[in-house]
Amino acid sequence: MTPKIFFIYFAISMTFMSVMVITRRNPVHSVLWMIGLFFHIAAVYLFLNAEFLAAVQIILYAGAIMVLFLFVIMMLNLKEEVVAPRFIGEWPIGVALGIAIITMIIYSVFTIQPGPVGEHTIEAIQKTTHAKAIGSLLYTKYIFPFEIASLVLLVAVVGAIVLAKKR
Amino acid sequence: MNIPFPDLTPAMPEVIMTSAAVLLLMLDLCFKNKALLALAGVITAGAVLYFLPVSMGETFGGMFISDRYSLYFKFIFMVNLILTILISIKYFQKQDEETGEHFSLLLFATSGMMIMASAKDLIVLYLGLELMALSTYVMAGLRRQNIKSNEAALKYFLLGAFSSALLLYGISLLYGMTTTTDIYAIADHINEIGSTHAFTAAMVLIISAFAFKIAAVPFHMWAPDVYEGAPSPVTAFMSVGPKAAGFAVMGRVLFVAFSEVQADWTAILIGISIATMAAGNILALVQTNIKRMLAYSSVAHAGYALIGIIAGTDEGLNAMMAYMMIYAFMNIGAFAIVILMNKGKEISDYEGLSKERPVAALLMLIFMFSLTGIPPTAGFIGKFNIFLAAVEAGYAWLVIIAVIFSAMSAYYYLRVVRNMYMREAKAPVIITRSLTLDFALLITAVMVVLIGILPSIIVR
Repeated sequence: MTPKIFFIYFAISMTFMSVMVITRRNPVHSVLWMIGLFFHIAAVYLFLNAEFLAAVQIILYAGAIMVLFLFVIMMLNLKEEVVAPRFIGEWPIGVALGIAIITMIIYSVFTIQPGPVGEHTIEAIQKTTHAKAIGSLLYTKYIFPFEIASLVLLVAVVGAIVLAKKR
Repeated sequence: MNIPFPDLTPAMPEVIMTSAAVLLLMLDLCFKNKALLALAGVITAGAVLYFLPVSMGETFGGMFISDRYSLYFKFIFMVNLILTILISIKYFQKQDEETGEHFSLLLFATSGMMIMASAKDLIVLYLGLELMALSTYVMAGLRRQNIKSNEAALKYFLLGAFSSALLLYGISLLYGMTTTTDIYAIADHINEIGSTHAFTAAMVLIISAFAFKIAAVPFHMWAPDVYEGAPSPVTAFMSVGPKAAGFAVMGRVLFVAFSEVQADWTAILIGISIATMAAGNILALVQTNIKRMLAYSSVAHAGYALIGIIAGTDEGLNAMMAYMMIYAFMNIGAFAIVILMNKGKEISDYEGLSKERPVAALLMLIFMFSLTGIPPTAGFIGKFNIFLAAVEAGYAWLVIIAVIFSAMSAYYYLRVVRNMYMREAKAPVIITRSLTLDFALLITAVMVVLIGILPSIIVR
């Protein structure tokens, strides 16, 4: 029962924080809400006994990426959001579609039956430790996706330089 | 700990393509003349074509599969890559925005498409899609001084990221219910325990993401702006490549993983297909910019090709694949003419082309006839095969709707022809020829006519 209460707290507060991130007028406030959001996500990883992922989430997202965000905001010197006319006027359509999608998900979520338990159960991970389990999987079973991910990152770096460098 | 080295033979084309892409990045530093990079790109494509037939089988623990299905798509990607390289050399020199990265990004995007076509695992599929998408976002924004190009890149990136999120949501739902990401294992699981509403929700999310990649309604909004703003060779590239890759993964995921719930996805796709043909063809009628017109036409063509998947038979799938191949030739051909013209943005710019440049006008005539689907061009063969497969599968009513929309499309394609042949030129028409562009036009025009007369060369 206790884990359930904790999960409900995290689910509700994460939704609330996500809404706050996109509705704040001051970009710095948005970023601060986002830091809170990232810490909550890390807590959800802890629920799943994924302590390594939780640590990575805090170091990479709440640490490194947030600092980048703040740097960009300060370089652009945005104090208040630039108020521009709406691109699309039909907000009722957007709301209707959003409600339709939420209805679809709520309707279907109760029919989810968890699949068969795999070999990496909580006990197995506690025995090998989480970081080791992830590491050995990445370099054996998931070596191919791992390599493609490295290419994706390379393209992202090249793209950023191509689009941003001085000519 | 013993780490076995995977068998690379089935993935040899991908290995060549990615190594060449990385190599091109470095060669870019040494060569002032970017045409050499283009040559290296074409040689790479040739090497891949050489290795394609021998690269059959599965590898990487069953995450990667090279079969006849993926082989055919990789052939389309090579055609797309070679033709795009040929039409882009002169274009960037003329714009004075020549970048060597363009060619390596083309190769990266093509590797992403090849990985998508060969993905047997949803994680590999997603990463291949991201590799393709990221490269195309950057290429769309290559003309950095042009505000429309900036808008195209940003819009494509934001909406593309959104569609990736939908895809990941669908994949994570599937993983939660089956604890596997292997497409074939998911199919086994659904066969065993039957489908639930949650599976349908996952399927809807995944189809939405794929529909974004093929620019099907209601996920087509990005297409006109991105196609108009991106550099023309890049537009040609992404109107064929990502679309064919989207169809490749759609075919494999729907026909394998969701084969048990075919009735469900057929119902969804019929709606999407009709809406796509309607919106694409009707909105193309009012366009005055030729790239926007071709963008809506590309939306409409996705609608026709979807009918091949809706048919749900091997014939339908084959017809869809052949259609993508034909579309590559005729669409890149049309874009090559747009690039050939110094001032060819508006449809009215083509007035009087036949008097001043009869050969260019004739080639454009061939491509427009082919896009309309008039015999004896390749476009007719493509549509004919798809409609035949759909009629055999019992969707004659859908074919009737498609034919009506196809007849509508004649208005905007033939308007270009009318401008070229029946109007007088207001200003002298200036074109910039180059050897490679001529060569690309030769290949596309010959293939469009040849497939129209001898369809057996690409239809298996």
